[in-house]
Amino acid sequence: MESKKVLHVMYDDDGKLMAAAKQLVAKGIQIKDVYSPFPVHGIDPVIGVTRTRLAIASFMYATTGTCLALFGMWYFMIQDWPMNIGGKPSFSLIENLPAFVPVTFEFSVLCGAHGMALTYLLRNGTLPGMPASNPDPRTTDDKFVLEILTDENEMDAGALESAVNETELLELSIKEYAA
Amino acid sequence: MDTMNYRFEGRAKTLTYVLMGIGLVALVSGFLTDDSHGQQRFWANMLVNGFFFFSVALGALFFYALQYATESGWSAVLKRLFEAIYGFLPFGAGLILIVLLAGQFHLHHLYHWMDHTLYYEFLLPDGSYSHEAAEGAVANPNFDYIIANKSAYLNTTFFWVRTLVYISTFLIFARMFRKWSLAEDEVGGTDLHYKMYRRGALFLVFFAVFSSMLSWDWIMSIDTHWFSTLFGWYIFSGMWVSMLIFATVTLTWLRSIGYFKEVNESHMHDMAKWVFAISMLWSYLWFSQFMLIWYSNIPEEVTYFVARMFTQYKVPFIAMFFVNFAIPFYVLLARDAKRNPKFLIPVAFLIFCGHYTDVYLLVVPGTLHDHAHFGFFEWGSFLGFLGLFIHVTLRRLASAPLIAVNHPMLEESKALHY
Repeated sequence: MESKKVLHVMYDDDGKLMAAAKQLVAKGIQIKDVYSPFPVHGIDPVIGVTRTRLAIASFMYATTGTCLALFGMWYFMIQDWPMNIGGKPSFSLIENLPAFVPVTFEFSVLCGAHGMALTYLLRNGTLPGMPASNPDPRTTDDKFVLEILTDENEMDAGALESAVNETELLELSIKEYAA
Repeated sequence: MDTMNYRFEGRAKTLTYVLMGIGLVALVSGFLTDDSHGQQRFWANMLVNGFFFFSVALGALFFYALQYATESGWSAVLKRLFEAIYGFLPFGAGLILIVLLAGQFHLHHLYHWMDHTLYYEFLLPDGSYSHEAAEGAVANPNFDYIIANKSAYLNTTFFWVRTLVYISTFLIFARMFRKWSLAEDEVGGTDLHYKMYRRGALFLVFFAVFSSMLSWDWIMSIDTHWFSTLFGWYIFSGMWVSMLIFATVTLTWLRSIGYFKEVNESHMHDMAKWVFAISMLWSYLWFSQFMLIWYSNIPEEVTYFVARMFTQYKVPFIAMFFVNFAIPFYVLLARDAKRNPKFLIPVAFLIFCGHYTDVYLLVVPGTLHDHAHFGFFEWGSFLGFLGLFIHVTLRRLASAPLIAVNHPMLEESKALHY
């Protein structure tokens, strides 16, 4: 079986990276990923990254927070140990609801924000202590790398290499990898 | 078709005349058939409509100045639309002045504090009022201790000075911005832009103070005994969101008939984001005012909400809050809904009516108490003033090129992409 290869094409400017990505995609080449020190505006639709579902996840975390906060306050303040605060001893969640809204709001934001941040870090593999997955340490400084897999493309490594060499690249490294 | 200049004609123009016709019939029949004391119902409704549409126009002037003061580039293609909307300011100011003048001459009794007999503790034998006790004086039955204590601020002289200062400041700035904007089309360069930038920032300073004070003077003083410290911000957020809704719907319609080609999906998305965000600001302020008063339950504060939540206004009052908060929140939260007019436009219509109801409930419970009716007069005159508002806006839009061709940030705005 033919060995699987990965091409790491390095650029020293995000504009060059953007132009190269458009050029390669126009030739029908699938780009696996891009490593860059900062978000490159507009690269996602070019390399075919689907839209993030982080917002949906965040909505669900926040809704969980809303429910938890309301359940908690109902249990603490009404069910387990009914309290009369500020002359409002109605002992009913619905009648005391305005007083619970600020806490519910804050707790929803807390759950939404923390859930979203943790999901983002976990999904990217960038939680503190997780091993780095970028191919070259310089992509955390001032270099940009395009990753192309022979496995995902119909062209072989030679054809990909010649296509890549037509762009304004800085370096190219081709490695074999075990699938 | 020439898409650089909007032509106000055809069905749109006819529709505004039809709306204005309905409004005229409603106003005349409402005025003639109003048997309430002092035609209170007629004048209360004039104040509701006058203030609502004045505040939409004022919101546009504020937003326009904000774009300059913050040097925002994205909105450069939209600036003629905001200029058109604040073109209604003289008309709105006229409506408010008519209502206030009628109050000054005691044609109606919307502003209880305008009754000068409230301020005197004593009634003299000759029938005149006095601050000082004198021979034969008796206690004035009309004397209102709380209102008398507010007389340093709530007296008609100072009230008229303030009212005229607000209105003339707004009109002067509106005229100046428009004049410079049209001049910029001719001369280009950045001189006028930087002048607008500085005057925009200056306007925001005046607006911050005056928008708060005019809401105390024109709206909060209806319930004279009651006061709320964040009332001004609440009114301000209401005028801002109503204006954004009006602008978004008008823009969607103008794009659908082939104008504003430079306005892309990202501009529309940004407008929808504004509608969403300011709806949340309004809900936040509305609820903050409500919750603190509800919680502390002090008689002189809580009467305001008792008059709205335990009377015939209960259903519209509570429904208005849910329409203005929950509908934009749940429908416009998703990105796709913001970019899709099929979601955006129905929501916009609903919350526009919701914010009209908000203004209605600011004015009517304190003036008509339990005698209010919502009939043909009310909705007819709302449609009439809406027709007038659309007519003035579109006529003004047609009077200048749709795009300010020499705006220094026009290219940035055209390239806006999210």
